[in-house]
Amino acid sequence: MTKYTKDHEYVKLNGDAATIGITHHAQDALGDLVFVELPALGRKVSAGEAIATVESVKAASDVYAPLSGEITAVNQAIIDDPGLVNRDPEDKGWFFVMKLSNPADFDGLLTEAAYKALL
Amino acid sequence: MSSVASDLPLLCTPLYDLHLERGAKMAGFAGYDMPIQYPSGIIKEHLHTRFHAGLFDVAHMGQIKITAKSGHLADAQAALESVLPADILGLKRGRQVYSQFTTASGGISDDLMVANYGDFILLVVNAGGKMADNAMLQQKIGDRCHIEYLSERALIALQGPLAAECLAPHAPELKKMRFMDVRQSVLWGSDIMVSRSGYTGEDGYEISLPAHACDQIVRKLLTDPRVNLIGLGARDSLRLEAGLCLYGADLDQTTSPIEAGLNWSLPKIRRAGGARAGGFVGSDIILKQLAAGPARRRVGLQPQDRAPIRGGTLLYQSEQGGTAIGTVTSGGFGPSVGAPVAMGYVKSEFLPPLATKTQIFAELRGRRIAVTITQLPFVPLRYAK
Repeated sequence: MTKYTKDHEYVKLNGDAATIGITHHAQDALGDLVFVELPALGRKVSAGEAIATVESVKAASDVYAPLSGEITAVNQAIIDDPGLVNRDPEDKGWFFVMKLSNPADFDGLLTEAAYKALL
Repeated sequence: MSSVASDLPLLCTPLYDLHLERGAKMAGFAGYDMPIQYPSGIIKEHLHTRFHAGLFDVAHMGQIKITAKSGHLADAQAALESVLPADILGLKRGRQVYSQFTTASGGISDDLMVANYGDFILLVVNAGGKMADNAMLQQKIGDRCHIEYLSERALIALQGPLAAECLAPHAPELKKMRFMDVRQSVLWGSDIMVSRSGYTGEDGYEISLPAHACDQIVRKLLTDPRVNLIGLGARDSLRLEAGLCLYGADLDQTTSPIEAGLNWSLPKIRRAGGARAGGFVGSDIILKQLAAGPARRRVGLQPQDRAPIRGGTLLYQSEQGGTAIGTVTSGGFGPSVGAPVAMGYVKSEFLPPLATKTQIFAELRGRRIAVTITQLPFVPLRYAK
């Protein structure tokens, strides 16, 4: 199941593990990405904390932890090829996986319809 | 890329409808709603300009026509030498020169192109400062010169190795122009003023044309598949790779032409010992700085990592501690270099002798990353010399 944040991130929940990335709309707004910095494995993060950075040709932007938890995987493929986020943001271009402290928090995120209403 | 925050509605250039038709992402820049990029994206637009021909809407820039009240152009040329450090009396008909309007404290209030069209001088100034430039000229040389702001004219740039070839079928006389030549001509029935110059490091032209004919002429140029519209995003990455300054970022009221490394635009004749030494606003301070050397200087900066460093980033001598020795003024990703590139100012005592490379550090998100001080430009300039 996939939900969204107002900061244009998606959260795909699978058990208590959540895969997070930026939406198609976000990559389109940012333009060509040239650099991605991801959080360290094992880092404990709080909801709303800026934990990753994306740099387009024009500017740097933060990527936030949508929920609290621990980083359990990061996507080396987008570090090696930041353009992958532009080409396939919601599948191969994922950013990191978190083990959620409280999986029930997921319910508080935006549904696809609610997110699309923001665009 | 800086934009000026304001509550005023944004102005449009004559190409506004075309930008929307072509799917441009628009944003406010110096009071104008301008195309930042088209759907192909900044990297492709940048590379298209380096390999083919890119067409830029630069109609937000100011065009100011200067003539002498006496009827002798030399009087207008002499008057201009009081507000900028170039050799304008020596600027031949059909030639253009780069210069800066200087301030009483030795800073720069704008940078510009000055072209001699024989009957008049044409200034091309930045969008952000054009009204202030016009007012300054009225105040300082308005007694001797007619100063006419050309509000009915637009400006476009055609840049890239194929620019000359793309333009030649429509105006063959433009092909034999050399870098920094200017001339009047006709393009599809409209009178144009053309300079062989630009802001990308590539060969190309900047074309002043009647605002009412701009859309129609640009659409005709775009029928050539080698010509693509290019936004301000790529314009910025192209000029950064070419080591060219952006006013408001790399140059401002607190930056002198000497600090900016623009000594080449200050000819011998205007320097100490020259026949018309000094005599421009702030010349005492600027010429003193030229003799003694500036306290800081603009340099190229190449981050050794893949993270771009942006304007405002502080520079340090070592990986930890110490006070800042400089600041990045422009930075981003260079699509032709394939790596991040930047420029900024570093205190002179920390600068390496010419042609050697020195490693310093930039503070980025709480970490210091290694940056090499390098010569500018980052790419070879390919002007039609």
